Amino acid sequence: MKRDDWKDNEYIDQLVEELNASGANVVVGTLDKLINWGRANSLWPLCFGTSCCAIEFMHLGAARHDMARFGFEVTRNSPRQADLLMVNGTITYRMAPVLMRLYEQMAEPKYVIATGSCNISGGPFIGSHCVVQGLDKLLPVDVWIPGCPPRPEAMYYGMMQLQRKIMTQKYFGGVNRQEKLKDFLAEHPEEAEGLK
Amino acid sequence: MFDFSIVTGWLHNWLLGFMPEWLTTTVECVLIGVLMIVAYAVLAMVYIFYERKLCAWMQCRLGPTRVGPWGLFQLFADVFKMLIKEIIRLENIDRFLFALAPYLVIVASMLTFACLPWGNGLQIIDFNIGVFFMVAASSIGVLGILLAGWSSNNKYTLIGAMRSGAQMVSYELSVGLSILTIVVLAGTMSITELVEAQSDGWFLFKGHIPAFIAFVIYLIAANAETNRGPFDMPEAEHELTAGYHTEYSGMHFGFFYLAEYLNLFIVSGIASLLFLGGWMPLHVPGWDGFNAVMDYIPSIVWFIGKALFVTFLLMWFRWSYPRVRIDQMLKLEWKYLMPIGLFNLILMTLVVMYDLHF
Amino acid sequence: MNLQEKIASLCPSATFEEGEYLLVNVADKEWHSLAESLKKELGFDYLVSVTGVDWNESLGCMYYLTNTETNEKVSVKVATTDRENPMLHSVSDLWKVALIQEREVYDFFGIVFIGHPDMRRLFMRTDWVGYPLRKDYDANPELNPIRLDAEENEDDSFVVTEDENGKLTKTDYKIFSENDYVVNFGPQHPSTHGVMRLRSAVDGETITKVVPVCGYIHRGIEKLCEGKTYPQTLFFTDRMDYMSSCQNRHCLCLCIEKALGLEVPRRAQIIRVMFDELMRIGSHILAYGCMAMDMGATTAFVYGFREREQLMDIFEKTTGGRMSQHYHVIGGVAADVHPDFIKDVREFCAILPSKVKEYHTLVTGNVIFKNRTIGVGVIGKEDVISYGTSGPNGRASGWSCDVRKRAPYAIYNELNFDEVIYNEGDSFARYMVRMDEVMQSVKLLEQLCDMLEKEEGNEYIAPKVPKIIKLPAGHWFQEVEASRGAFGVYIESDGGKNPYRMHFNSPGLNHVAAVDKCCAGYKIADLITISASLDYVIPDIDR
Repeated sequence: MKRDDWKDNEYIDQLVEELNASGANVVVGTLDKLINWGRANSLWPLCFGTSCCAIEFMHLGAARHDMARFGFEVTRNSPRQADLLMVNGTITYRMAPVLMRLYEQMAEPKYVIATGSCNISGGPFIGSHCVVQGLDKLLPVDVWIPGCPPRPEAMYYGMMQLQRKIMTQKYFGGVNRQEKLKDFLAEHPEEAEGLK
Repeated sequence: MFDFSIVTGWLHNWLLGFMPEWLTTTVECVLIGVLMIVAYAVLAMVYIFYERKLCAWMQCRLGPTRVGPWGLFQLFADVFKMLIKEIIRLENIDRFLFALAPYLVIVASMLTFACLPWGNGLQIIDFNIGVFFMVAASSIGVLGILLAGWSSNNKYTLIGAMRSGAQMVSYELSVGLSILTIVVLAGTMSITELVEAQSDGWFLFKGHIPAFIAFVIYLIAANAETNRGPFDMPEAEHELTAGYHTEYSGMHFGFFYLAEYLNLFIVSGIASLLFLGGWMPLHVPGWDGFNAVMDYIPSIVWFIGKALFVTFLLMWFRWSYPRVRIDQMLKLEWKYLMPIGLFNLILMTLVVMYDLHF
Repeated sequence: MNLQEKIASLCPSATFEEGEYLLVNVADKEWHSLAESLKKELGFDYLVSVTGVDWNESLGCMYYLTNTETNEKVSVKVATTDRENPMLHSVSDLWKVALIQEREVYDFFGIVFIGHPDMRRLFMRTDWVGYPLRKDYDANPELNPIRLDAEENEDDSFVVTEDENGKLTKTDYKIFSENDYVVNFGPQHPSTHGVMRLRSAVDGETITKVVPVCGYIHRGIEKLCEGKTYPQTLFFTDRMDYMSSCQNRHCLCLCIEKALGLEVPRRAQIIRVMFDELMRIGSHILAYGCMAMDMGATTAFVYGFREREQLMDIFEKTTGGRMSQHYHVIGGVAADVHPDFIKDVREFCAILPSKVKEYHTLVTGNVIFKNRTIGVGVIGKEDVISYGTSGPNGRASGWSCDVRKRAPYAIYNELNFDEVIYNEGDSFARYMVRMDEVMQSVKLLEQLCDMLEKEEGNEYIAPKVPKIIKLPAGHWFQEVEASRGAFGVYIESDGGKNPYRMHFNSPGLNHVAAVDKCCAGYKIADLITISASLDYVIPDIDR
């Protein structure tokens, strides 16, 4: 796809700018690119579907849309081996702990796509006593895909946006994580308590 | 037919020219080890790609197309990702066994891998009980799977491991019997001699009926040995999520994944060695011109080509058949395949005794 | 002697109301004995639905009963005025379907059923505060925040029994004993078709007991409906059983039209039925694909989806939606069909038989498939009726339960089709019923295409649909044949523009109740094939 065909170009540009602000070593930068390329092109989604969106997700894997083309081929059933948690369908209060547990069981790096309007705001079930009104209340979400349910093409667009986003990440060139964690804990003493 | 032992012999002599004997051996061992690991990894990737494309073709899909030309780099992306994926540290498990299991699986398949005759003079291990060693080495793999299932402290993995134990131990018999049938026909266990014996026709043709029965039994049993559909019960995706490797992440899972595909190559390789002449080109006695033309195709191409063909058959099974149930699978082995295999062995003995083969 | 007199002679204290069906008002203490004679003497062997209702001054249940021989229907109303500690007598010993439907009533209204063997909550978390469908429910989010801890006491259940003197005793127990090796499937599991959770006690690989846990996708649709206007409630039906969204919507439309006394134009009726049948084909193809995939035959799954995509194109041309059509509206359909519609449907009908043949070659004839399905998960005719497992699953056990034949709605009585019935009651029969029904739907669609051509240019929506829909006070019950069985809608109206109580009687819930019956004694691997052959859709169960 051409750059002009995408939306949200500014957002990705801004991410790149922020990353480049501190500058990157040539070797490390290239390594980073290689790793990001690997990660972006081999996103294995976890089979996770609760309702209608899951059927469209199945369509995505079937003959006409065939997500294998982009490297989403292997839908893993075990969260340990998946990279992408695609939340297909409404999350209810009873399901929320299960979803959190799945997310925690996944190995880093992990990404989350919220599919369908239920996950954005509660969608048709807004105001319900047992539907989580928006997935951001539970998880950090990378990409939102609107629709009820979204068409497979829309799902593609969202998944490819995620690929673009991953390509702007930094693995080696960034600040030392341990250092960062120390700073963070110094600012947030309550989190440090929790870690102990 | 080009003999690769010329190359290896030249290399050996060249090294001996400026090194003592012990150092030469060491250098050669290291060299072979590195080459083997590289070949192992590359072959596994080729196989994964092959399966994806083949399965896509059977399912009216396209398979990987976007990453690199025709999706060729898809596998490299997968490997890069898997290498840097987190390996989760689990609580309440037997850590030592948990970490050991994938390596056992990999080592078992590498040991078997080393026995394969790649081409004329291209073989790593070759001794007089080659086939026997191959069968013995390949059965270490089941230990790795059992350990993986047991040490994960998870009910799914445990059920997967139990199934796997039952399955692999049973089907080992059928594999053994069909290999034995061919050994009876050839009168040798040495891999080189097995291949040489097929220079005037492959065993599948020479041994006619009993060899064909053995080939079919071998294909079924080998499919079960590699835990692939319709016998993929140990990892039965839709029953046990991912079976014995449910709890593995990152490269540990990658090892299982690679080993699965390499085992596929190994069983296809053994099938081509035993039934389709190994690296031996297709020779028809009497057709000298045809035989000469066939000899121009390098032996390594023959071997890999045959292995890919057998793999194609196995993948065809996998992508068309539903999965069998554990009791039905054991019934198939103990009530049908093994008796038929035993009978077939007697038949082959008779054929050899009365010299009824070609 | 008509039905009313018969019932009056059985239970003299009962009072009667005439309506759509005969309504029997009966006091709780006489309900169980009346139920027993209704079942044994009058032959009402099929309990269609148990609907809990909060009438403000009293809490109670509406029971809809059917005699499967004569198709007679009767409804019974049982209520209690005790709001603090409401109790009714259970009829789960007579009709097994009450086992799960009464649990639903307990979950929503807090009515404890005396004699019910397993009083756990069905849809809400075990630590949920309050009963959400009561009119005095406290919806304060602080009482029920999003809890991220696991449910602790999910094994705890209790039973309330009554001795001869009428003394009630409550006994707590655990549903699994300590010696059970419990394997948990779900809620996130590839072959539970969504977020179903099946907890099964196994002995080696043999299943001894299955306990389904529902509610992981319970979105409170019935509660939400009470705050919406009637046209707005139509919206939810597409999200319940998304594989038969048109049929569900058709049912709700029929029920509202029945209450309004609205005449639907013939053209609209034909279009509606066409969409229903197209939806049924899509659903059955998906069921085929998923069943094959659960057994490991991925290719069959992809082949099924290939035809589904073509179906999606037909839907999309007319309605713009792939999964959720939002097409049936009160009084007709939302828009006229696309000019290509008939042509497309005819094309689809022409190719489908050859594709179904391909499915049969690939899967049905396969010896592994046959071994895994024939004689597995057998459920008999009596059990099927008792569990209320209608639809293809019921017909696979020899129960003639097709609503399209039993109580024809729309224009089904003018159409020529066969009810597919098998008698084996195993997974294979359930599968074959679906495959044969696809062919019957093709036959129906061909007739419907001809009928629609004759109606070219006529109205597709009734001319006088009121802008603000107010149903007269009363209650109505309507059933249609959805892809998975009899789907029922109960509407109670107080004359306002919002429904007072709206209940959806989903076929899936009854299928889930029957899982334990089907699975006990088979292998773990069979649990997967059996639940695939029952083909339930989880949002349909949980609503």
